[in-house]
Amino acid sequence: MTALVLAPHGTSPADRLKDAAAVAFIALLLGIPMIGLLTVDQGGALRVATRWPTLFAFVAICFTGRLILRLAIDRLRAAKQARERSDVELAAADRTASPWLTWIGWAALGVALALPMVFSENRYVVDTATTVLIYVMLGWGLNVVVGLAGLLDLGYVAFYAVGAYTYGLLSTQFGWGFWQALPVAGAIAASFGILLGWPTLRLRGDYLAIVTLGFGEIIRIILVNWTELSGGPNGIASIARPSFFGLPFKPPGDEATFASFFGLEYSTNHRIVFLYYLILALALLTNLFVSRMRTLPIGRAWEAIREDEIACKAMGINARNVKLSAFAIGAMLGGFAGVFFAARQGFISPESFTFNESAIILAIVVLGGMGSQLGVVLASLVLVLLPELGRDFAEYRMLLFGAAMILIMVWKPGGILSHREPTLRYRANGGRR
Amino acid sequence: MALALQQLINGLTLGAVYGLIAIGYTMVYGIIGMINFAHGDIYMVSAFIAVTVFTLLAGFGISSVPLSLLVVLLVAVFFTSIYGWTVERMAYRPLRGSTRLAPLISAIGMSIFLQNMVQLTQGARVKPVAPVLVGGIDLLSVDGFTVRLAYSQILIVFVTVALMAGFTWLITKTSFGRQQRSCEQDRTMTALLGINVDRTISLTFMLGAALAAVAGMMVTVYYGVVDFFIGFVAGIKAFTAAVLGGIGSLPGAMLGGLLIGLIEAFWAAYLSAEYKDVATFTILILVLMFRPSGLLGRPEVEKV
Amino acid sequence: MSQPAPLLSVERLTMRFGGLLAIDDLSLDVAARRITGVIGPNGAGKTTFFNCLTGFYKPTVGSVRLNHPQRGVLRLETLASHQVARSAQVVRTFQNIRLFPQMTVLENLIVAQHNALQQASRFSLAGLLGLPGYRRAETAAMEKAVGWLQRLGLIDKADTAAGALPYGMQRRIEIARALCVDPLLLCLDEPAAGLNPRESAELNELLKHLAGVEGIAILLIEHDMSVVMNVSDHICVLNYGRKIAEGSPAEIQRDPNVIKAYLGEEEADELGSDEEHRPEGVQ
Repeated sequence: MTALVLAPHGTSPADRLKDAAAVAFIALLLGIPMIGLLTVDQGGALRVATRWPTLFAFVAICFTGRLILRLAIDRLRAAKQARERSDVELAAADRTASPWLTWIGWAALGVALALPMVFSENRYVVDTATTVLIYVMLGWGLNVVVGLAGLLDLGYVAFYAVGAYTYGLLSTQFGWGFWQALPVAGAIAASFGILLGWPTLRLRGDYLAIVTLGFGEIIRIILVNWTELSGGPNGIASIARPSFFGLPFKPPGDEATFASFFGLEYSTNHRIVFLYYLILALALLTNLFVSRMRTLPIGRAWEAIREDEIACKAMGINARNVKLSAFAIGAMLGGFAGVFFAARQGFISPESFTFNESAIILAIVVLGGMGSQLGVVLASLVLVLLPELGRDFAEYRMLLFGAAMILIMVWKPGGILSHREPTLRYRANGGRR
Repeated sequence: MALALQQLINGLTLGAVYGLIAIGYTMVYGIIGMINFAHGDIYMVSAFIAVTVFTLLAGFGISSVPLSLLVVLLVAVFFTSIYGWTVERMAYRPLRGSTRLAPLISAIGMSIFLQNMVQLTQGARVKPVAPVLVGGIDLLSVDGFTVRLAYSQILIVFVTVALMAGFTWLITKTSFGRQQRSCEQDRTMTALLGINVDRTISLTFMLGAALAAVAGMMVTVYYGVVDFFIGFVAGIKAFTAAVLGGIGSLPGAMLGGLLIGLIEAFWAAYLSAEYKDVATFTILILVLMFRPSGLLGRPEVEKV
Repeated sequence: MSQPAPLLSVERLTMRFGGLLAIDDLSLDVAARRITGVIGPNGAGKTTFFNCLTGFYKPTVGSVRLNHPQRGVLRLETLASHQVARSAQVVRTFQNIRLFPQMTVLENLIVAQHNALQQASRFSLAGLLGLPGYRRAETAAMEKAVGWLQRLGLIDKADTAAGALPYGMQRRIEIARALCVDPLLLCLDEPAAGLNPRESAELNELLKHLAGVEGIAILLIEHDMSVVMNVSDHICVLNYGRKIAEGSPAEIQRDPNVIKAYLGEEEADELGSDEEHRPEGVQ
């Protein structure tokens, strides 16, 4: 919380007032050109309009908000110091594994399984939950690259796009089904991962960031402009929806459908619920796969590369292969998520694969706590639900989103869950002492 | 031939703008080692401020072009610097000394925040500005194609050169420049020598924002339209320019900016306008593959 | 005592960084199962020498041959750094400790056995399925790691994040980690730096044990003379990138060139050394 602290020791009321006045002054300066003045288009020419009352309201809010925040920070800090003095062991206890995290994980799984049954008639809830799960899956995929291997990837959405377009093309051009296309799309996305990984192996973190960003943009620009392949800005429509082991979700007709086979009354909700369970299953498989990989030699090598690449080389580890495998596997998982996305929407266009998506996925990984699987779930919930909750004032959604990213980072720079669980232990969970 | 000359002029103009924005990236990277992702949006904010002030001046009936340019420049630089200062204070300073990724995420958050703030307060539609500096010099005419050097282009190149000169002086000769450079090399030692590191970093952000404001004003004059999304594209290009030139190097930022401007102009004219950004990024990847620290960056010996 | 073929022979090694001559025409033999000390003032090129041996730098001129008992003669200067550790089994530690700080001590030692484990995991497939072959390899790796941790008195900290431990312990962890790679030649870059006298004495014992009992050749860069003189079988002295003396600890202690290099010209003269010879390269 040090972020919002301007005066380091603003304890007396006079100091607090002075501090709040300073903040209000800055707010006034910032507000004059953006809030106080605005240009309005009047018949093709601009005219300046003023909004002084709004500006003064804004400044007043900043002033009182600052006073309250300052007071709260001082109180909290004093309380924290008192607590730390009385209980030194607390910090040490925090570092050990916390069993309640495991319980939260199981509880989340239970909620996820039960959700469509509880909300079976509420299409909006199931749909939103499906969106959350897509981001969870993407987050788990990117976690391999960023969280475990420590490779800063700002173009992850490219692999998502490759997966989606591969399925879109295979479906519309060759009539492939979802399950046939899934492994192929994963393999193609993985090859793109290697294609990106190869030239960037020597690059340091921030150069890698810009190159991956550029790669994501290249893929998007190609999708926009290569109309013969991708349909250009119009995208690809009428992509086949996944079927339930060959039984399509359709109104009753000549062929057997899901509803007719199980003797149910046809409802569009069947597909929604099916899609939900499908992404839940894909996400859980991803989680299982990534968690297992993490405890294997390759997973430990990813983390070791993140920690110290030079030491890795000195231990005989081929850093190039380790990095490429992280890129490939992360890309493959992104590709799978892309296939699901295309199958769910039935329509894809480059608009779904902008840099903003990459930023959101990266934010999910970092906000959740790098490398933490449960953290990804929490961050996805926050980042997807927050704008959804703000629907009533829709135009503030992305503003809140940006502000939330800043505030969470300032509040917890290590992410919501920054605890790292060892991949193996000498003493199995405190058994032998 | 004539087309090539025209594209050279256009490319240099564009490159000068990228270069000015790139300096903001490169200075911030040099001093605190982070990518200030919101820098492109600071530039966008400055363009909006410029639009407002131009419109105000026109409303007051001030018609002298040099006077209105000067006033807009000063006002835009002033307010944009405050934005730069605030961004550092709110989103980056608390994260100094934490992981490498934390400030990056908060910077991306700041970028999203600024974009949407401007969209909310100033409107999402494109703002057309009444032309301030019209006309130009017709250099030559071949087969009905006239090579034209617009006055606004002359302004951009002139201001950029002047700023670069001033800036080089500031960094190499003044006490602030020395403090800034010593912070780049070793922040802890600089602090131990009694230099206010926080203040130096704040000033660096303000300077970067000021340069972005100059770029924002000039782009407003040059293109005559502004919207809330220009920051993203210009930001990416400028950051690419900074990396291409060797991040941390001021001449490198300018060189990278000019190269990107030229590549874009020529690619758009001769190959394909749609793929000009692909060309930019591909060249960036190629350069980094063979010269991982950029064109003018100091090549690093791997420290073992 | 008959001289067997040396384990490692460095011939005419030269490393140039632009105008700086970091290593100048250095030739040196390292015997198997022995401790060879490399000493010299700061900036003498000792760490650069290690970097050339272990593939982190490509030497400008010269060759580094390793007589591998199974794989024959290997030219280390042609290998990439990970191949030096993997194929030639030449493993190093670092002057400014390079652990995997967030990983536990045990994980650090398991990562060092990556290649064997990765092979057993068959592109991770056997590992993902938990096949018995991989299980056995994992158990073996665990036993090796635990063995070294016990030998170095680190077993109590096995599950602690390596970066959270005190400096002296981190030095030992780095050595334990290097030992998990099964080195033929262990290159230690200032292992005693920052250790207290008791820890230094323990280090002496450990090094003697490694060379004498485990049969690992050790190349040792060290400033702490109580360590170097005590454990080394053979010492090579570098100054400004050149070898200025070589011999047994007793010989080195008497060598006037070495005294000059360490104490400087005047002090050495005051000590009564009338040697005309001046260390090369001193400006």
